[in-house]
Amino acid sequence: MAIEQQKTPAGEKYMQKFPGGEIIITKSEELLKWAKGSSIWPMTFGLSCCAIEMMATGASKFDIDRIGSGVFRASPRQCDVMIVAGTICVKMGECMKKLYAQMPEPKYVIAMGNCAIGGGIFYHDTYSVVAGTERLGIPVDVHVVGCPPRPEGLINGILKLKEKIESKETYTHPPLAPSDHAKGGGLLPKAPAPKGGVEPKSGTQPGSPNNP
Amino acid sequence: MELSQVVQTIREKFPEAITEERPAAIVIKKEALLAVAQFLKSGELAFDNLHCVTGVDWKDKMEVVYHLYSFKNRFMLTLKVFLSLEDLSVESLCGLWKSANWLERETYDFFGIKFLNHPDPRRILNPDEWTDWPLRKNFDRPDFVRLPQSEGLKGGG
Amino acid sequence: MNNEVVKQNNPDPAAGLPSEELIVNMGPQHPSTHGVLYLELRLNGEIVVDCRPHIGYLHRSCEKIAENRTYIQFIPFTDRLDYLASMNNNLGYVLAVEKLLNLQVNDRVSYVRTIIAELNRIASHLVSLGTFAQDLGAYATPMFYCFRDRETIIQLFDELCGGRLTFNYMRIGGVQSELPPHADKYIKDFIKYERKKLKEYNELLTYNAIFLARTKKIGILKPEVAINYSVTGPNLRASGVKWDIRKDEPYMLYNRFKFDVPVGKQGDSWDRFKVKLDEIGESLKIVEQAIGGLPPGNAVAKINKVFKAPPSETYLRTENPRGELGFYLVSDGGLKPYRNKIRSPSFCNLAVLPELIHGLNVSDAVCVLGSIDIVMGEIDR
Repeated sequence: MAIEQQKTPAGEKYMQKFPGGEIIITKSEELLKWAKGSSIWPMTFGLSCCAIEMMATGASKFDIDRIGSGVFRASPRQCDVMIVAGTICVKMGECMKKLYAQMPEPKYVIAMGNCAIGGGIFYHDTYSVVAGTERLGIPVDVHVVGCPPRPEGLINGILKLKEKIESKETYTHPPLAPSDHAKGGGLLPKAPAPKGGVEPKSGTQPGSPNNP
Repeated sequence: MELSQVVQTIREKFPEAITEERPAAIVIKKEALLAVAQFLKSGELAFDNLHCVTGVDWKDKMEVVYHLYSFKNRFMLTLKVFLSLEDLSVESLCGLWKSANWLERETYDFFGIKFLNHPDPRRILNPDEWTDWPLRKNFDRPDFVRLPQSEGLKGGG
Repeated sequence: MNNEVVKQNNPDPAAGLPSEELIVNMGPQHPSTHGVLYLELRLNGEIVVDCRPHIGYLHRSCEKIAENRTYIQFIPFTDRLDYLASMNNNLGYVLAVEKLLNLQVNDRVSYVRTIIAELNRIASHLVSLGTFAQDLGAYATPMFYCFRDRETIIQLFDELCGGRLTFNYMRIGGVQSELPPHADKYIKDFIKYERKKLKEYNELLTYNAIFLARTKKIGILKPEVAINYSVTGPNLRASGVKWDIRKDEPYMLYNRFKFDVPVGKQGDSWDRFKVKLDEIGESLKIVEQAIGGLPPGNAVAKINKVFKAPPSETYLRTENPRGELGFYLVSDGGLKPYRNKIRSPSFCNLAVLPELIHGLNVSDAVCVLGSIDIVMGEIDR
């Protein structure tokens, strides 16, 4: 019985193939990971300009349906990955945290575009833009750089996510700390500690009486 | 149609309303705004389109700028009203032009200028619970990150 | 059997029962709201009784940023306003600054700007038509057709200035770079190709029985209401008002080109769709005339990087694919503008939505919203 060992760059998969080729034996985890990585269903979470590039990636020239991600679901309960495409503003940050919490495990986040990664060109002189997805407490798996990133870049990002899923044993995130759900503040970067060593109260809203 | 024609027509009806004539705009008194606007809309001048409403913060006073357009005469008129910082309120033009509804809400949101008799006086772009007026020149907050002044310019900012 | 007999034999079992109104959030994350728009709908069964749009979910404080950037540094921010028609936004801003500085440009610059702006108008209309048909239920086919044609234009822009969606191409006093050498043939081939495809869209959508049933007489906007709400662009033209700034108060060199202004009859959603489709044909005519008569010279901008504008103010409006985009610039003699107000067309167009969807079904409300064609980037700025 000839045994073929198949090694791929993403990890070592051992598959035993009988001559004649009708039966393949593998570990069930490998099969599940391959299935998860090949059918990453995104959520329609296009916020601004990057959403148009996401639509163009789904359209005919670039076509992410061929890598399994062409099924954009509107409901967070039915999707695997949240592609944050666009600028995150203060009003939208609350909705984003709720949507992320509503997604079932295992869930992933791709931060697409400079605004979702770190605020982009709207970092300075703005009072209403959150400087990146991670400021909201949402862990990000893949950062796709660009303003907006090319569709090839987004496809590369999804393939990197697929590699990540297939290479680790179990891949999931720590849940959001309960304190982040409860209080609504802290979206914008924290105020620097005033001299005297007294920490400002966390959870202050911009424009509230505590924060003139 | 020329700006001088418009000024003359307004002066005939409201002799006291215009305080200043600039090359591109007319400055009128705050109290005369509603009457002049009504006259401009319904008279022969037929300014049937309120194109833009905005505010400018001049540090010692505030200015509200209205851009009115007449399809019949193909003329764009700029009306200005100056407000002192103690009394930041002016009559709303929502009864005449419905486009004033959202445009005035935006000016209130950015500058804090109250529009009297507005049907829906609340903020439009910023969260409702904010108490700040972002586009004023004295707006500041500890978390407001400014671009360094001299970045990208040779010869200083 | 006619309707009256049917109703007599089958009385409505729910008649006379009390019913409550339901408040439904067509929330910021929704596949059909074309961005982050929050519509609070009050429904009586399936009929919309009242609608309250809430905006500001994409408010990026562009006007505050403008006060701390020089005139040249603000051009990339104008790209991100109406991100489907970035070239037109760039053009509007650059023309406003040139009016403030009293700067004249040569003919070649105007011709190149016209070609690029009209090509971007075609690309923008294609996206709005494709997504409108997608909202109605023609899930992917019209969208794929429209995006396929849009990719040809975007490929030219990619070779021109390196960007696919946000370009930063128009500069004060000219443009960033010359048209590439093969642009002439490429554009002429594209015009021939697109004219054939317009016939395809008419067969696929415009006179399709289902499309007609879903869009005819839905969301009728009367011309007096449109003018009072300061609605501009294809929405105003669909209501019967023949008004286009490129024809009636021409800027740049639009008075040299011959083109028509398509007008609708009733102001319903079908008219808004048809006007946009016809405008693609008119834009192709303008591009054909411009590329045929391109004057020689240099279109690249040469201006000091650091300049001060004289203390004055200006208001200039241009015809964007969605309406009239206006820039109000106030200068106090410094390097940066004192106030930069962006009057966006979709902001005023959206204000008329509650009046239009009063009394319609929820699915018709989606149709009206798609036909008004808004872009949240320029509503919230």
